[in-house]
Amino acid sequence: MGETITFWVLAVVSVAAAFGLVFSRKAVYSALMLGVVMLSLAVLYAVQDAPFLAVVQIIVYTGAVMMLFLFVLMLVGVDSSDSLVETIKGQRFWAIIAGLGFAVLLAAGIGNAVVGEPAGLAEAVKADGGNVPALARLIFTRYVFAFEVTSALLITAALGAMVLAHRERTAPKPTQKDLARARFLGDHPTPLPGPGTYARHNAIDMPALLPDGSVSELSVNRYIARYDVERGRLPENPRLAQALRNVAKGPATEQPKVVRAVAEEPEARVPADDRPPVSQAAGLPAEGRTEGPVEEEGK
Amino acid sequence: MTTHYLVLSALLFAIGAVGVLVRRNAIVVFMCVELMLNACNLAFVTFARQHGNLQGQIIAFFVMIVAAAEVVVGLAIIVTIFRTRRSASVDDANLLKY
Amino acid sequence: METAADFVQHSGGVIGASWLTIALPLLGAAILLLGGRRTDRWGHLLGVAMSLASFVVAVLVFFELLGFGADQRRRVVELYDFLPSGSLHVEMGLLLDPLSISFVLLITGVGSLIHIYSIGYMAHDPGRRRFFAYLNLFVAAMLLLVLADNYLGLYIGWEGVGLASYLLIGFWQHKPSAAAAAKKAFIVNRVGDMGLALGIFVVFTTFGTIAFNQVLPAAHGASEGTLTLIGLALLLGACGKSAQLPLQSWLLDAMEGPTPVSALIHAATMVTAGVYLVVRSGPIFEAAPTAQLVVTIVGVATLLAGAIIGTAKDDIKKALAGSTMSQIGYMMLAAGLGPVGYAFAIAHLIAHGFFKASMFLGAGSVMHAMNDEVDMRKFGGLASVMKITWITFGLGYLAIIGFPLLSGYWTKDGIIETAMEHNPILGWLAVIGAGITGFYMSRLFFMTFHGRRRWDADAHPHESPAVMTWPLIILSIGSVFGGGFLIVGNRFMEFLAPAVGRPEEMPSFHPFSLTGLVTLALVAVGVAYAWMRYGRSEVPAVAPRGSFLTTFARRDLYGDALNEALFMRPGQWLTRLAVFFDNRGVDGLVNGLAALVGGTSGRLRRIQTGYVRSYALSIFFGAALLVGAWFVVGNL
Repeated sequence: MGETITFWVLAVVSVAAAFGLVFSRKAVYSALMLGVVMLSLAVLYAVQDAPFLAVVQIIVYTGAVMMLFLFVLMLVGVDSSDSLVETIKGQRFWAIIAGLGFAVLLAAGIGNAVVGEPAGLAEAVKADGGNVPALARLIFTRYVFAFEVTSALLITAALGAMVLAHRERTAPKPTQKDLARARFLGDHPTPLPGPGTYARHNAIDMPALLPDGSVSELSVNRYIARYDVERGRLPENPRLAQALRNVAKGPATEQPKVVRAVAEEPEARVPADDRPPVSQAAGLPAEGRTEGPVEEEGK
Repeated sequence: MTTHYLVLSALLFAIGAVGVLVRRNAIVVFMCVELMLNACNLAFVTFARQHGNLQGQIIAFFVMIVAAAEVVVGLAIIVTIFRTRRSASVDDANLLKY
Repeated sequence: METAADFVQHSGGVIGASWLTIALPLLGAAILLLGGRRTDRWGHLLGVAMSLASFVVAVLVFFELLGFGADQRRRVVELYDFLPSGSLHVEMGLLLDPLSISFVLLITGVGSLIHIYSIGYMAHDPGRRRFFAYLNLFVAAMLLLVLADNYLGLYIGWEGVGLASYLLIGFWQHKPSAAAAAKKAFIVNRVGDMGLALGIFVVFTTFGTIAFNQVLPAAHGASEGTLTLIGLALLLGACGKSAQLPLQSWLLDAMEGPTPVSALIHAATMVTAGVYLVVRSGPIFEAAPTAQLVVTIVGVATLLAGAIIGTAKDDIKKALAGSTMSQIGYMMLAAGLGPVGYAFAIAHLIAHGFFKASMFLGAGSVMHAMNDEVDMRKFGGLASVMKITWITFGLGYLAIIGFPLLSGYWTKDGIIETAMEHNPILGWLAVIGAGITGFYMSRLFFMTFHGRRRWDADAHPHESPAVMTWPLIILSIGSVFGGGFLIVGNRFMEFLAPAVGRPEEMPSFHPFSLTGLVTLALVAVGVAYAWMRYGRSEVPAVAPRGSFLTTFARRDLYGDALNEALFMRPGQWLTRLAVFFDNRGVDGLVNGLAALVGGTSGRLRRIQTGYVRSYALSIFFGAALLVGAWFVVGNL
């Protein structure tokens, strides 16, 4: 009776979580849903005389693998929520048809595969005195070769991951001399202004001003700007508010052209008497200053 | 009773398969694959119990090991693709076509 | 009837060395062709020397042959095993008998004279060495043709003279007309050669051998149908080589070659090879009356056609070519009349070799003097300027029209009389031909040598050098006395009898038979009419339009038009059809298949979207189908 209750509760939870995994727009939610499914399955393993697997499920899957998923998710970028609009014609319809058909067939087939009461594992593990020793005996005797081979597999996988993730240096590493030369050959010999150099606020969501008085959209993190826009916490100064909106909307192209923005919007300039003339800092900040990982919206 | 476990396993497997087909984020697709593997593991464990035989659990154990290796390599591939294409969508990696 | 035993195996003596007659000119040709420019200076002398040496050997062989009794005059000189190939076993050998030695003497004798003449005629031609090389090659091939003791050897010589003829007609290959004429001669000859080849095949399948001394004695043993087939096939070959109807069209164009070539190859020797073939294969034709009749009909038709063409041509060489066709027609006619005719045919052939060579060389001499002008309407009055040429040409002219007691009188009259006895219709047609001959030869002679001078302004005619006139003189002596020497007293007939068979009754010669008188009268009328038209009255500088008949004759009796309509146009249509079929049918099939595959692929490749999810969907469907199938099969 206890098992029945456990099963039904966990079955409903795991199926619901599985649906959540498939249908949630945000990848992080999907990952969490997957964690729920895995934990439920771990309990179901435990219920079904497999305590060792239950523990391994929790430690390896829920612990290690899920962490890896989340780590990569964060690395790749979490801010984009997947668009769920299907782009391949008929893909979703046929996928659901096939999924339903497959589920029915599989359930019918596999559901009818067993008849009678389960034999239970008590007999099988009795000789070794428990599930773990019994598994260990099998793994280290009968399946020892397969076990050794999996070690090779794991090492290969680790090596493969390193090779894949490794970034080959295609140009010689620039020396300090190279960097200095590039800086003086560029259009901005002096150090770029630090964040807030020309700021009039110490809040990180307040854009800085450039020496010529224009607003530097590069000085605000995009996510912070979006947060402000979504919650209506825009500054009162319309120019600053507009700049934040622009930042939140994201760059039209991959490289924001501040030069153009300044040149084409002369009215955006602040009156010169407001701020001290800073002639030596007439250059513009280079791109990519405060950008987080550049993220393309999922289509 | 074991039949219920098996049906649950089939359902989870099918849901995972549909997820693979409809989701475009490579990481989510990967998660769906993991879901399918887990569904299989559930079936194995259930069969082990049904037949009073530990072999099913052993296989589930090996599936977990292989899945772990697969996750490592698969995620490395995703990271590499993302690094070059700035996208984690499986639809964007469609150069191998007509 | 003759038997194989009549052929005497021979080795040693001059006859045993008779292969030298072929080898020497061949060696000359090889030296001249392979030696290149360093032989330029003395090449022509070598060519003449080789030809003369060949002639000397031939004369020695001739006298040694005369030394044997009449029955012993068929000598086979075996040289080597040529084709020991299964049942086809050909031993190459030379057959020395009165027939072949007559030809050898004619070829080497007239050939040597023409070689000598060519020294002068080709003196200023940059390709003189090449010319003599080809001439030597021709002499060698022609000698092989007449000396070979089997059909295969004859065929090799036959093709050899064809090659030499091609090379010499197209000698001035920078002239498109000469190149075209050479090709035309070669291609028309191919038709005849195919007939000859087929004839030889049938001979081999019928008799199992192709040696003359085995085939000819056994000829009457074969069925008449087979023999008729052989005869007609051989006749086709003869027609091609001898420019008989219907393969006559190449000869007139062949006059594009240098004049010595026209004299040697296209008048005196090569074109008579057909007559030689028919006479040599005499036993076959005698056993096949149908084939014989066809031979005579072809001969008569050609002698009339050639004569008619000769009446209308203003080109002196083409007029002479028409005359050659006509005279060979006489020979063919005679060759179709059996053993009596053979002797007359060969006698006329030899006489014709002399007087036609004489006239061609005379024409060459005239052209040499008139800046290579060939239009007779621009000649006239040359008699006083070129005395030797005039006299020698005149003697040849009198010989060909059958002036009493000259060569042509004896031989042609013999042919006409024999034909008259054989078949009056053929005889009378031949008589008419003789009358026309009188007209067109007189026309040629008067237009060239008499009447008003119609020369071009820059023409300064002069007599040719001695190296050219001496051959003319020697040839004209031959054309005066040759015929009489051969015919009077049936001397030639007796001489040839061992080779071609003895007629049942030796013809007796009636100097004033009815036929002879009628012939003479007709010839006289022709000459008189020609004198009125071309000797006494004015010859217009431009050919008048003339009647339909004139046009008919000028256009070579529409022979070319007929060939074009019958063979060239359908051939072209066939070619176009084949090209069309190839382009649309074969290529269309291949291209269509390719297009089908390409088009299908082009559509099918759309399935490869590159979306991994699409592929996954199809895999998933496949898996579902497998599971379904497993259920169905499992539940069965």
